[in-house]
Formats: sequence, C-alpha cells, structure tokens
Amino acid sequence: MSTQDYFVIRPQEIVERALASSSSRACVVIVSCRSVANMRWARTTLTTNGETSHVSVSVIALVDVEGGVAAGSITGRVATSEDIDALVVSAEEAAHHGGPAEDARELVTAIEASADWDDAPEEATSAAFTRLAPDLGAVFSAARADDIEHFGYAEQAIITTYLGTSTGVRLRFAGPEARLELTAKSHGRSRSVWAGRADRTCASFDLGELDRELRQRLQWQGNRIEVASGRHDALLTPSATADLMIDLYWNSIARPAHEGRSVWSRPGGGTRVGELVGDPRFSLSSDPAMPGLEASPFVATISSSASGSVFDNGSPIGATKWIDHGVLSHLITSRFTAEQASLEFRPDAENVRVDVESSHGTLDEVIARTDDALLVTCLWYNRVVDPQTLLLTGLTRDGVYVVRDGEVIGAATNFRFNDSPVGILSRIVDAGATVPTLAREMGDYFNRAAMPPMRIRDFNFSTVSQAN
Amino acid sequence: MSQRQVDADFLALPLDACADAALAHAQELGAGHADIRVVSLRTSMLNLRDARLDGAVLDHDKGLSVRVLVDGCWGFAASDVISPDAARATAARAVALARVSAPLTTRRVVLAPEPVHIGSWVSAYDIDPFAVPENERIALMADRSSALLGHGAIAHVDASLMAVKEQTFYADVAGTRTTQQRVRIQGEWQAVAIDPDSGAFETMSTTAPPAGRGWEYLLGGGDEVGGARPWDWDDEIGRLPELLGEKLTAPSVEPGRYDVVIDPSNLWLTIHESVGHATELDRALGYEANYAGTSFATPDQLGLLKYGSPLMHVTGDRVAAHGLSTVGWDDEGVGAQSWDLVRDGTLVGYQLDRSMAAEFDLPRSNGCAYADSAIHTAIQRMPNVSLQPIADGPSIEGLIAGVEDGIYIVGDKSWSIDMQRFNFQFTGQQFHRIKSGKLAGQLKDVAYQATTTEFWGSMTAVGGPSTYRLHGAFNCGKGQPGQVASVSHGCPAAAFESVNILNSVQEGGR
Repeated sequence: MSTQDYFVIRPQEIVERALASSSSRACVVIVSCRSVANMRWARTTLTTNGETSHVSVSVIALVDVEGGVAAGSITGRVATSEDIDALVVSAEEAAHHGGPAEDARELVTAIEASADWDDAPEEATSAAFTRLAPDLGAVFSAARADDIEHFGYAEQAIITTYLGTSTGVRLRFAGPEARLELTAKSHGRSRSVWAGRADRTCASFDLGELDRELRQRLQWQGNRIEVASGRHDALLTPSATADLMIDLYWNSIARPAHEGRSVWSRPGGGTRVGELVGDPRFSLSSDPAMPGLEASPFVATISSSASGSVFDNGSPIGATKWIDHGVLSHLITSRFTAEQASLEFRPDAENVRVDVESSHGTLDEVIARTDDALLVTCLWYNRVVDPQTLLLTGLTRDGVYVVRDGEVIGAATNFRFNDSPVGILSRIVDAGATVPTLAREMGDYFNRAAMPPMRIRDFNFSTVSQAN
Repeated sequence: MSQRQVDADFLALPLDACADAALAHAQELGAGHADIRVVSLRTSMLNLRDARLDGAVLDHDKGLSVRVLVDGCWGFAASDVISPDAARATAARAVALARVSAPLTTRRVVLAPEPVHIGSWVSAYDIDPFAVPENERIALMADRSSALLGHGAIAHVDASLMAVKEQTFYADVAGTRTTQQRVRIQGEWQAVAIDPDSGAFETMSTTAPPAGRGWEYLLGGGDEVGGARPWDWDDEIGRLPELLGEKLTAPSVEPGRYDVVIDPSNLWLTIHESVGHATELDRALGYEANYAGTSFATPDQLGLLKYGSPLMHVTGDRVAAHGLSTVGWDDEGVGAQSWDLVRDGTLVGYQLDRSMAAEFDLPRSNGCAYADSAIHTAIQRMPNVSLQPIADGPSIEGLIAGVEDGIYIVGDKSWSIDMQRFNFQFTGQQFHRIKSGKLAGQLKDVAYQATTTEFWGSMTAVGGPSTYRLHGAFNCGKGQPGQVASVSHGCPAAAFESVNILNSVQEGGR
C-alpha cells in the first residue's frame, strides 16, 4: 500500500470544504502534507528507519469583533468532512475569544492560482535510498576492514503545501528536501570527523566522494597540535558559515529592531536599515526561485508572530538582498510591521545565500592560499548570549585543523567560541565560491543554504573543549 | 495514582481493534516482536506581546505507528489514520522496511524482557487546560502582562502559555496493553527595559518551571509534593520590574574565578545538560554520535568515574509527582521506576530502553523509551534527573552566608555544551553579588563556563529540602529525525567554589 492511500480526503477538497463551511468574515486554509523516508545508522550498522506520512490541516478564521478583526487558528488531522467542519467551528470560536488583532489587514486577492493546484501531494519512500543503501553497504564494509566506525543519517522529505483563502487564492508548493550526514571515528574514537550534504534528492549524493573526504580528515587528525584558546583566524567551511549566517538571517526581524531590542536597533530609535554593517563585499540574500534551493514562493503561516502575519497568507515572496554589499537593506516584515517600522513589506523565504564579491575557489583552494588559520569543520550548540550584539556561543565539532602556509599540518582540539555573526562581517579576510551546503545544527530546520568558505580574522575561540 | 480516567474520546477510538489487526499481521509476516502506539497529542500555544494576543495555535495531532523486529532488524511505519485497516497496512509497511534494512544491519537487536502490564494511568492535575475557554487563558496572560507594563521601567512584555495533553495507547505481542493520559503546562512572562539614550536593553523572565499539572498551576494553586510546589505568580511578577530596572544599570561583571551559589531555577539546566544527557546509555555507547553527540561518561567507567564531590547524589526516575517525564509505563511497555545515576559523587547508573538494557547485559530496562508523536519511533529519552538535597542541608540564605565574595545566580537563559558533555557555558536571569555572606546588588553580562567533572567536583555545599524544587523543560531535543521531550529536574540550591566567570560583553569584543 502506498502512503498516498492515507491521504483520505484530497487536500484540495479539504480546502474547498473548509472554505464553504466557514461563516466568518474571511478564512484561510493551509493543508500541509509531509512525507518522509529516513534511515539512521551507528557503530556501522543500521539502527532505525521509517516511512511516515502526515497531513495537517490549519484553519484560520478571521471574524469581526468589537474594535476590529480577530484571528483564530486551529490545526488538526481530518479523516471525514465532519472533522473539517469541526475545525472551522473551533477556529471561529477561537477567533471570537481572541480580541482584535493589531496586524489585521484585508487578505490578498488577485493571485493567480498555481498551475499544479490539482496535483496530488508528492511522496517520499525508501525507494529514495535505492542507490544510497548499497553504496552505504560498501562504505561500511571498507570501514570495518580499516577499524573505522560509521554513524549517520539520511532523509528524503517532501512537504506539499496547499493554501486556499476565501478571497480566491489557490496556491500549491511541493518542496523536496534531502540530506545526508556521516560521522566517522577511528583509533578508539579518539579521532572524529563529519561531512554532510543537502539537496533536493538523495539520488544526487556521492557517497564515494564523502568517504574520501572523511578519510582524509581522519588522517589529518593523526598529528595533534596544541593550540591555546584565544583569538585566531578561523577558516569556516561552508557548513560552519551556514550555521552562523542562518542565525543572522533569523534574527533580522524588523519588529524587535524597531522596538529597540535587537542588534539591528538604532540607538535613539528606529532600525539600522541603510547602515554599512560589514565588509562591502558581503551580501546575504534569499530568493524562492534560487536554482537548486527552491522554496515556497508565497506566505503560508498558521500563526502571527514578530516575523509574519496570518493576514499576509498567499502574499508573494520575492527575492531580497537583506545585506547588500555590506549595507543592511531590508529586515523581515509583515505588512503590519512594515508600516510600524516604515520599511518595505519583505516576507522571508526558506532559503539563504551568502556571496562575497570577487571570492573564488573551492575550500581546498582557499586552504592553499591561507598562511595561518584554524579550519573549522562545523559548529554545534550555538546559542544567543547577548542579543544586543547577537553574540553567540557554541562549539567546534568533529575537526579543527591547523593550516600553515597553504597546507593542513595537523589537528587542534575543539573549542568553545564566543563571537557574533554580525561582528564577523567586518573581519572577512578571504572567501571562496558559494556552494550549496548543510548547516550542521540548523540543517535540522533549515537546509536550503548556499555559502562560501570564509576566513575570519580574530575569531574568538574562547576556551578549549576536550570533546573529540 | 490519579483518580482521573483517560478521556472518553480517546477511549472511543478503536484501540484494541487496531492492536489486534497490527500485531497479528506483523507476526504473520514474520516479525518476532511488534508493538503499536496510538497517540493523540493536543498542544495549545498562546503568545502575547504587550498584553495583546500576538499568535494562538491549537494543534491536535493523532495517529498510530507500528514498530517491528524482523530477524533482529527494526522496521517502523506510521499513519495518521486510526483504523484497523490502517493499522494492518502500517504493520505491513514496517515489516517491509525491516526486510529492506536487513543487509545494512549487522548488529541484531534484542529486547530486555519485561513483565506484561495491563492498565490505565493518568497524571495528577485538577483542571484540564483544554477545558478552560481560550478567552479566560488570554485574559490571565494579559492581566499579568498589564501589571508589568504599568511600571515605568518596562518597555515591552512578551508572554507565552503552552499546554499539552498527551494520550497514548500501547500494545505489544507479549500481551501488554496500557492507556495513559498526561497533562503539562508552562507559562512565562519576559519584561524588556531599554535605556533610550544608549540604546542598551536588558530582559528578565519569570523563573516559574513548567509542570505536570493543569490550569490550576497558572492560577497559583495545586498541591505541594516534594519539590513540586505551587507558584506564587503575583509575587514574582510584582518583583520583576524593580529587579530588571536594577539589572539595566548594574555594573558589568569583572571576569575571573568566583565562588557561586546557584539557585534551582538555574542549576536544573546544568544538571540536564551535564548529567542528564551524559548518562544516556545510547549516547555513551555511540548511538547518538552523528547528532546529539556522545558522552565522556563511558560504560567502562561505571562505578569508577568521579563525577563530582561526595555530596553529589543524582537520581533518575519516572515517578516524581508532577514530573514532566513521569509516566505509568514507558513507550516500550516498561513500568515506571527510580534509580541512582550518581551516588557519593561516583557514576553508578545509566538511562536505558529495552535494547540498551539487553546490550548492556542488564535484566530489565529502567523505562526510558519515549516517542514524541505517532510518526516517530521510540528512542531512549531522559527521565526526571534530579540532584538530591542534603537532609539537614542549609537554606539558600545559609548557602549565601557561607560565601565571602561571590555571585548568586537565579533563573536560566542561554545554554551550550559540547558533543561529549565536557565544556559548558550558561547564563541566567539574575546575578546577585555576594559580599561577606550577604547580597550586595546585581551584576550583568555574566556567563559561567566549566568542564563537567571540574564543576561538580567544586560543589562545596548542597542545600536542604527547603531549597529543593522541581524545574524542567518542554523542549529537550534528541534523535534523527528530531524529537522533543519534556523532562523535570529536582534540584536544591548548591554552592560551588572558584567557577570561571566570563564577561559576555568582553567576549564579544566590545
């Protein structure tokens, strides 16, 4: 039996039934069909796996109440038409309880329906691993012969979103996401390395290439070099860059900036939009149409927040340069917060890209032109310590390597870092070409990123971590 | 055990029929072990900004999953349709996946035995939060927000309320069939103060813990059992503006080594990260190495590793009253238990599920399997992990009186720890300077950083039962695909000597 059989009612029918059932001023229905196949391994053996399908239906009722319009949002699972009707009633009740919403606006209209609106939800199955599984078996066999242990995870997911509104909007987006992570350990687990990839399909992953990368790094760890904590030049891989830049992107929200409680707040009031905030070569952008990193081109949110509004559902998401050649150009807004902060309406897209002008070369080529730096494989457990500067703390993980005169000469310990993704924008020494990557930590939630390797001057490796 | 019954709407689902269909079909297809879970999970989230509703979501997630062992290989599948037909088909998908996985599985999974259990269990709460109209819940959050906004020092107030009702039916081929219902709730208010001239700002949040209780907890009610106590919201919210105003103008800490007294509202998180996660056996064996990491507390050191000072006694349990990890049975049908993890400062135990127990040659799991929804498979998750108080230990005032020159740390904020649970760094909500055994005003920009065994080895005093409180979190993450779990940590106040204090502004290079 296919997982398709579990989509009891077609998503389009759910949308139409809910909208027809609504008696409120306006209504938004979002059906999210998530299909996932995954496999996980540890100690060079498969441990868990799964194939799951999940359909969630969100009804957002917009009702007239004293003083304005209120929103009520209910999410649930539906198996019958009566379930849909019950969700609508619950959403309308919730709206009446909520009081007038300050972000209330008319719903968008005149949006052309998606050409694939009538298509069924897309599906991920373990067939996605047809090529990967035997390749992984070969890697396991070779690893056992060389006393290398393997740990990792592969996932193929597809989320198909249907959005309908009482103002006639009918939009659909199917977003495939695949990721592969491998950790290898050797020499009694005293050496540990990681490599990860993100793409739209698991079929594109080259396990042989990843295995060669892992083995090279295990070899690098054969020579341990003592490096004291403190400020050193850091050569961040695209993955490490991604973890810092996704944090920066997610914290680029207009409302807290306008309210004076963000790194993007201007002392005395207002935001820092228009200010030079970093190296003039640096740009950070998002674009739903970014090739290979395609993301939903419309707003689909089940709850208002600092960064979005349920009243904006269906609004197009365009390409935005948030930081353009070092200048903070836009912050994430809803129509409401854009008016509040006197900024343009700029909803965020679920992808992000960093470019450093004139940068070039692969990571290996950047290493070859680096005289003295610590190469950081990836970052982990990153948390905001000081929102005024967006100071983050976190740890290097699975490999910090000493680069001298264009070569990796050995491995250092791991370190705890304390530094700011805003602060480092003014300390870019060198960068390579931008490539798709998987952020080690943020990749769990956000895996459409393209980043360059970046060399950062005086990165704060605050203390030594004994972890390996 | 609670006198409540599991709600009728959950019991009205075809639970036994689904179990019969799934388990029989899995066995027909060759599964040696099979279990089924039917889960209904209601989550309500309210967010208010400056006493106005900002966002509200009510989510009702339900579905079933079947997990099988075929020739020692796991297979798992899930569906959000709860019917015997769907259960039977899901069982077939799980068996098929187990067979597909076999070529890559070299270590055959064995489950530690467990007696058969048949029963029902409901957590202890008075008022079902989902029975309280949303407008009443919003009004309470807004009233307390308004009380804060009434003070001149407060520029903004963010408030959040999260309530969860989790209903689980579990059945396996051995004959266990259990039904459970758990309710938990968390409320938080965060005040923001801004210096308009400099643009500097500070925040301060309430320190009330989440609890395995109902709406009565938000009203300040509920019973007192051990470290689980009602919370005096009005008192804490009433004190917040003055504390925040003082913090905004407080001196920035001089980095260096300090003696510290840590309040349970902060120390619970240090226990969670440096003891709770480090004593997960699956992690210690390497099963989380790609994601959450491993542990310095490896199995070869069981009974030998000096984890901390002889005052350190840490337990694991799934039975604490109002605990967030408290259950009747875990998600593998194992009865709830309690046990020692660290005794007299030495590592003596681990958290287990049935496969980990078998792999470690133990006769029985201590019941730490949990899945956060129907669509995820059960993995080993954290029980309530608690630092025990000293029976005749001092009060918080007594602990502070024993410090000549130090810092008293209250409330949790940012947290970070490395992949083997060695190096950690935490901040907090309030940092009170201690001089000659007395509080002497607040400090700001404080973070404490240490290595786990060094930190616990520096524990010089542990508070008595009067200081013991049950804190915890709703959002503990682990596993791939990622899962969240809620967990409590009983914790007294405690004193530590010569802890490394960082200045977060200086760390940022300002």
